[in-house]
Amino acid sequence: MSGASNGLLGLFDRLCEPFNGSNTIGNSRAFWVGAVVALAITFAYPLFVSAYQAGNTALFLLYGLLALSLSVVWGYAGVLSFGQVVFFGFAGYTFGIVSINLGSTLGTTLAIPVAVLVATAVAGLLGYFMFYGNVSGVFVAIITLVVTLVMQTFMAQTAGDKWTIGEVPLGGFNGMPGIPNLAVGVEGAALTFSGDTFYWLVLSTLVVVYFGLRVLVNSRFGYAMVAVREDEDRVEMLGYDIRKVKLGVFTLGGALAGFSGVLYASWGNYIDPSVYSLTFATMPVVWVTVGGRESLLGGLVATVAIEWFRQQLSVTGSEWAMVVVGVLLLTIVLALPEGIIPYVHRKAVGVLQQRGFVDPDRPATATEEAAE
Amino acid sequence: MVNATNLFFQFLDSFAFIVLSAIGLAIIFGMMDVINLAHGEFIMIGAYGTTLAANAGVPLPVAIAVGVAVTMVVGLILERTIIKRLYERPLDSMVATWAVGLALTQGARIVFGNSLSSIGVPFGAITYGEFSYSMYRVLLSGVAALVLVGAYLVFTRTEFGVRARATIQDADTAQAMGVETDRMYTATFVIGSALAGLTGALYAPTMAIVPGMGSSFLVEAFVAVVTGGSSVLLGTTLAGGTLGSINALFSNLYGTFMGKIALLFVAVLILRFLPGGLSGVVTDLRERMERESV
Repeated sequence: MSGASNGLLGLFDRLCEPFNGSNTIGNSRAFWVGAVVALAITFAYPLFVSAYQAGNTALFLLYGLLALSLSVVWGYAGVLSFGQVVFFGFAGYTFGIVSINLGSTLGTTLAIPVAVLVATAVAGLLGYFMFYGNVSGVFVAIITLVVTLVMQTFMAQTAGDKWTIGEVPLGGFNGMPGIPNLAVGVEGAALTFSGDTFYWLVLSTLVVVYFGLRVLVNSRFGYAMVAVREDEDRVEMLGYDIRKVKLGVFTLGGALAGFSGVLYASWGNYIDPSVYSLTFATMPVVWVTVGGRESLLGGLVATVAIEWFRQQLSVTGSEWAMVVVGVLLLTIVLALPEGIIPYVHRKAVGVLQQRGFVDPDRPATATEEAAE
Repeated sequence: MVNATNLFFQFLDSFAFIVLSAIGLAIIFGMMDVINLAHGEFIMIGAYGTTLAANAGVPLPVAIAVGVAVTMVVGLILERTIIKRLYERPLDSMVATWAVGLALTQGARIVFGNSLSSIGVPFGAITYGEFSYSMYRVLLSGVAALVLVGAYLVFTRTEFGVRARATIQDADTAQAMGVETDRMYTATFVIGSALAGLTGALYAPTMAIVPGMGSSFLVEAFVAVVTGGSSVLLGTTLAGGTLGSINALFSNLYGTFMGKIALLFVAVLILRFLPGGLSGVVTDLRERMERESV
């Protein structure tokens, strides 16, 4: 794969190599140079805008993490889950309960892994019952949707004193205020994240997770995931335990969604049952479908674009945002099932190859599945 | 202390609610393998049609017919324009109908505002001792039973039913035998839509008429479809009976929320331990009895 083994180019290729493979788009040198430039710009972004604006964009980016969690579960392993928001919500609420109860910086630090663990455990348990019960296809989608609906009903009725955990009331419809900003460290020697620093934290997390997932989907396990998506029976005949593969991916998705939920709760210092609402449960499906579910990058780009658009419309007082989102989703499913980003990428690579800018021998095209 | 009459009425109520919530979804899924995620919105449309007609002064039975008719038209349009393109892609048809549902909910909010003034519950209440139960809701269990019997007759005793079932069993062969399979799918989808509309129309007098009202039927509908198994009508009936009694018992003892939790819990257990669903158990049993009697 590393065509030029001499000098800087060779080093560059070797650096990129673990992240490249047929399961991700963007494996060319041009892509990686673009990625470095894009990263530099996004990291510098808070220096040019207000702290409020940076914080606002951080919200879109933390949603991007939620989108990645669905992208890997649905796009790569073929398990359509409407329940990513369940893990998101569980982690958000857990983070609130633990951090407010402990009440110190160290407590907030501890609350992060606890919350992610709870979300992971919930995903693992739900996944175990589904996949080891041989539930698959549309039934997984239905069950995850039902769990979301039930959680919404549950959290909405937790007003009143009997729903208090430690000193923290769950708050029913009114939600849980007073969740602290994200902090790491002990009293006196801690990093607290808000405004610009929160933005950088979210962006760094997103970058690490994105590259981590690129390594994962291009690894042997990644190929197993994609194979399960394409043909479960054949993969089973080849000796893989598809239940284990699905459970693994689903649990990982739960952990990622959970971390996103922690970021969300500390972003607004608040969480309420609307995280379990049908509208919110829809959004990851919309982001990932529109951006391209078999592309990690597609989901990310679409998340930021769609959320920015929704905010613009709601700021101007328009009620049409969800109608537009619905029509957009429908159009993509019918006319461009692979999603916008893989389509644009495929076209762009085609044009570049025609003009001789890209060497066709380098694995620069989208996955074969996407090209179908 | 649990009052037996109370519990019985609650069972009838739960049975009706589960069967009526699920039947439209179950027929479309069982016959076409399409999960209509706009099911809740179809119910909402039925309720809106009925409420708008009733508020305009039309008598309730006619208003219900209006609600059903409106939903049928919406179902027909949806099938012709969108669903028929996605028969081979079950997950995509879920996402597409979900998108339709989103647009319909928000569209209803834009056109009709945040709520409609609801029509009163007819027939008053049955009073016994210190308790009373809404007569209308008890009557709905009779309607639910009628709908099940009606659907059974349509799918087993009519020319249409035979053709529709032939299409499900083997579309290619059915087509070769002269069945217009496309038309069968369309008709099945419209019947399913009509039943969803009927559910909305029937429950319109009993609940708040808001754009998101359809989602309050979804838990019961999905749980019934998931636990019912492959034989649609039998499955829906059994799910209505089993889940209805569990829901009634837990709602009576611990409140409506625990009733829902119990439903979810039972659904997960059934999926884990009865892969063929509730109707699968009966089918197995029947086969075993036939084998033994031979």
